[in-house]
Amino acid sequence: MAEVLVVTSGKGGVGKTTSTASLGVALAQSGQKVVIVDFDVGLRNLDLIMGAERRVVFDLINVVQGDAKLAQALIRDKRVDTLSLLAASQTRDKDALSEEGVERVIGELREKFDWVICDSPAGIEKGAALAMKYADRAVVVTNPEVSSVRDSDRIIGLLDSKTAKAERGERMEKQLLLTRYDPVRAERGDMLKTDDVLEILSIPLLGIIPDSEEVLKASNLGSPVTLSSPTSAPARAYFDAAKRLRGETVPMTVHSDKSGLLGRLFGRRVA
Amino acid sequence: MSLFGFLTRRSTAPVARDRLQILLSHERAFVGGNDLAATLQEEILRVIAKHIAIDRDKVKVNLDRGESFSTLEIDVEMPTDEEVRARA
Ligand SMILES: Nc1ncnc2c1ncn2[C@@H]1O[C@H](COP(=O)(O)OP(=O)(O)OP(=O)(O)O)[C@@H](O)[C@H]1O
Ligand SMILES: [Mg+2]
Repeated sequence: MAEVLVVTSGKGGVGKTTSTASLGVALAQSGQKVVIVDFDVGLRNLDLIMGAERRVVFDLINVVQGDAKLAQALIRDKRVDTLSLLAASQTRDKDALSEEGVERVIGELREKFDWVICDSPAGIEKGAALAMKYADRAVVVTNPEVSSVRDSDRIIGLLDSKTAKAERGERMEKQLLLTRYDPVRAERGDMLKTDDVLEILSIPLLGIIPDSEEVLKASNLGSPVTLSSPTSAPARAYFDAAKRLRGETVPMTVHSDKSGLLGRLFGRRVA
Repeated sequence: MSLFGFLTRRSTAPVARDRLQILLSHERAFVGGNDLAATLQEEILRVIAKHIAIDRDKVKVNLDRGESFSTLEIDVEMPTDEEVRARA
């Protein structure tokens, strides 16, 4: 049975696209058939993060509008053969997407894949609303910082009221992915701690992704951290999160690239 | 490898710069909408991609405007059979 997962946040720049790509790779490497779908129409980026920017010919809008078949628009990853990408349009705007069209495309994707991961645009307007509309479950990406937590709270409210699942009276499963986490600053008391964020948002924790320069390097190369640097701290954190998505129980660890005292201090279990 | 190869070997920024240069030179021309070669390239690519899975850079379109006549050069590098099968 296919799972449609939306990666959303409200606030911009918190790590939705990075997380979509990294989790997509991790799930696909475990043998699952995965498609990652870019809903950020007009400002597409998932193709760049995946290193597929030179392969995009047709996009989500072409498929929604019937100008291309789904099979023509799906870009099969050259490194992980169970992973595909459906890019957003760079030249159109989100008004070219209709609810009916998105519902139809998501329905077609459900038949071909085990996981359909939707990379939401920032904000709470039409683009974000469409990305979450037909999802079965959500990953709420949050940075440990006041405005991000507030926006996540707003998004959680929308997930519980505006999605097709919510409208049918069903419960939307939501999990928190805390990204750009800096254990040193958290310990110093200058950053919200995991427990603080969890208490405020009261949804279960999917993972803690440390702030790491490996993420920047990965985007330069067009290869998500889980592929380009699989033993790095953020990659290990994403692999753990992907296992939890599949229902496995994995101890919650703040992974660290530092091998010295700090690494030992902060690489310990936190839950 | 140069003497300082060990310093530059692992840097990723040059890769990012190259990727952006290739991508943006095309996007600017096409999104601007007034570059005939870019528009032709995009539409020709779409016609081909409807039937064959092909990478963007395998379709090259060159427009040469001369005094008395202009030429439109279209160069398509066909994927191998294996590549076609892999993407089917
Ligand atoms: N764990 C991390 N460590 C360091 N940098 C990170 C991390 N996660 C994301 N970033 C950086 O943060 C920036 C924003 O990331 P990303 O594009 O994934 O966010 P987004 O939520 O998709 O943004 P938008 O709302 O614009 O779509 C990028 O420069 C990315 O490299
Ligand atoms: Mg994004």
